[in-house]
Amino acid sequence: MLRLEKRPNPSKMWGYLAPVLAVIATMIGGGVMFALLGKDPFEAIRTIFYDPLFSEFAWYYRPQLLIKGAPLILIAIGLSMGFRAGIWNIGAEGQYIIGAICGAGAALAVYPFDSALIFPVMILCGAIGGFAWAMIPAILKTKFGTNEILVSLMLVYVAEQLLASMSLGLMKNPEGFGFPGSRNLQQYASAHNAELWAGSGIHLGVVFALIAVIFSYIMLARHQMGFHIRLTGESPKAAKFAGVNPNKLVIYCLGFSGALAGLAGMFEVAGPSGQISIDFNVGYGFTAIIVAFLGRLNPFGIMLAGLLMALTYIGGEIAQSSLGLPSAAIQAFQGMLLFFILALDMLTNFKIKLVNAEVRT
Amino acid sequence: MKLKSILAIALLAMTAATGTLADTTKVGFVYVGPVGDGGWTYEHDKGREAVVAAFGDKVETMYVESVPEGPDAERVMTDMALKGADLIFTTSFGYMDQTINVAAKFPNVKFEHATGYKQSDNVSVYSARFYEGRAVQGHIAGHMTKSNIVGYIGSFPIPEVIRGINAAYIHAKAVNPDVQFKIIWAYTWFDPTKEADAAKVLIEQGADVVLQHTDSTAPQAAAQAAGNVITFGQASDMAAYGPKPRVSSIIDNWGPYYIARTQAVMDGTWASTSTWDGIGAGMVGIGEITSAVPADVKASAEALRDSLADGSYHAFTGPLNKQDGSVWLKAGETAADYAGPEGLAEMGFYLEGLDSEVPN
Repeated sequence: MLRLEKRPNPSKMWGYLAPVLAVIATMIGGGVMFALLGKDPFEAIRTIFYDPLFSEFAWYYRPQLLIKGAPLILIAIGLSMGFRAGIWNIGAEGQYIIGAICGAGAALAVYPFDSALIFPVMILCGAIGGFAWAMIPAILKTKFGTNEILVSLMLVYVAEQLLASMSLGLMKNPEGFGFPGSRNLQQYASAHNAELWAGSGIHLGVVFALIAVIFSYIMLARHQMGFHIRLTGESPKAAKFAGVNPNKLVIYCLGFSGALAGLAGMFEVAGPSGQISIDFNVGYGFTAIIVAFLGRLNPFGIMLAGLLMALTYIGGEIAQSSLGLPSAAIQAFQGMLLFFILALDMLTNFKIKLVNAEVRT
Repeated sequence: MKLKSILAIALLAMTAATGTLADTTKVGFVYVGPVGDGGWTYEHDKGREAVVAAFGDKVETMYVESVPEGPDAERVMTDMALKGADLIFTTSFGYMDQTINVAAKFPNVKFEHATGYKQSDNVSVYSARFYEGRAVQGHIAGHMTKSNIVGYIGSFPIPEVIRGINAAYIHAKAVNPDVQFKIIWAYTWFDPTKEADAAKVLIEQGADVVLQHTDSTAPQAAAQAAGNVITFGQASDMAAYGPKPRVSSIIDNWGPYYIARTQAVMDGTWASTSTWDGIGAGMVGIGEITSAVPADVKASAEALRDSLADGSYHAFTGPLNKQDGSVWLKAGETAADYAGPEGLAEMGFYLEGLDSEVPN
């Protein structure tokens, strides 16, 4: 008989091994699913994981990994801070939207004026927008003790309505023949978040994502705030004893994650996406939650997890067009990844023991 | 000698390349929803299947479903072009700028963008005159309503939807001067929960006819549950809800257009065009009018449909005033497609008699 026994300390080895095993288990589970759908499982897995990196057209897909991965990493880094301290910002999607609206709004307000100052102002506005949106659940929590999970999540839907209203009203392209959606910022040089090197996929958002990874690593390892976050997550009582102010921590964690999500939205709307439209947001804020956990809330882990997630998206699309796999199968495949990572997580904290039934009776 | 062998290899490669080109034409489809949505994307995929049925193994199709409008769409299109697609249909308005971007990088690939307005040398645009179908719906709705309240579930306040509301309203009013339209904006194209809620609210407000510009069958189900309410299928026939509540439908029929455009690519006659076809060309289909509709109403609705099809009647024929009472079309005048904010393409105003306001 199998029995679970709690480890006195989380296993370091399993901490590293679990994500790798989860990916392998996903490949096996996904392979079985693809086979049941009548597709060659090996070809499907190869298409998803190998083709974007090493196939004939990898020169196109590899930069796309950065474009798709950067917002995921940027948001997940912010979320991981709060998650470590038990502060659950589920509404990054909303902060992402508001960051985009504020960033794009700053540019559209001065269109077609050209200035090198416009882009830095947009970055600032994007970060402030996301920060301010996250302050709503933060202040409600610290002042009235509301649940930040519910408030931040509900604010996503509010943000979506605001986005639709902007696309149809205030920010609608006056030369757009009455159709919804703003001007395309890709055609507005001062506001365009262009690739730093053509064809590389590296825009300023990618650079910011990398900076965020390094910054959060240093902060967690070296800074007092990082220590407070870790301490609160590991032992709230000890944290209180050590003089950690929980309200300050809530404000800090929600504000930081909101600002990063806002930045991600701003870089997206000014670059790859180009315009404020009703369907601008595609779920980065929610997927980033998966990325944060897949990366063990560790900054470098998150970076790898974000790229892996981007790989499954891009590979999944290739598999759809070349193998005819339905998109629902790709989503189920991504769901398996989260399922296995959570399941195998257990091994980090628990030992499996073989128990002799006779001894127990 | 060396040069000769290089030339020979080059020639071989070229014949091989043109050989495969001549064999199959690759056609890609980018879908905004899942093919099983029973509405917009479902009908586009039926168009794709019609292409396969028409050309057999002379054509190879590929598609990606549920592609978000934005950079993901650009990547999917590029991926298809890299894989050698000759023709790519991008089937949502939100793919417009992405289609133009990718088309500029692949001048030899032909693109067809649905419902947009940006064309280029290798980008055509196409759309359907759904408002013609709305005229027929309005006609039936005006006859059938007993409460004189017609409910309308709008998706987004864009020209396409506003045209539909206007067309339905003026044709309902023509046969029933007391008719009133109640409009609810769902701000979605496909969301069964929101659509069902909207339908229920409209029915509670007394509507006994519910028109929808959203794609799910949820309003049909809500009408069925409520009893004496009639509906119309949207995008696809939704015949499962007939003969009542669903009494007729507007069907998107892309197959003939997709076949013609694929043929044009095969023949080398493809050119960038702007197509806006209606009932006449078969792009808009009117689903069977069921037995729940009295025979005389059915006959007059079919007569209206036929007059729209043969062009003897335009769905927007004056005299028509705007909501504020100002003249839009003089008696006998018909609406122009493209005339700035006054034209059908950009229609952003309600016509006289509608008592709500266009949200913005």
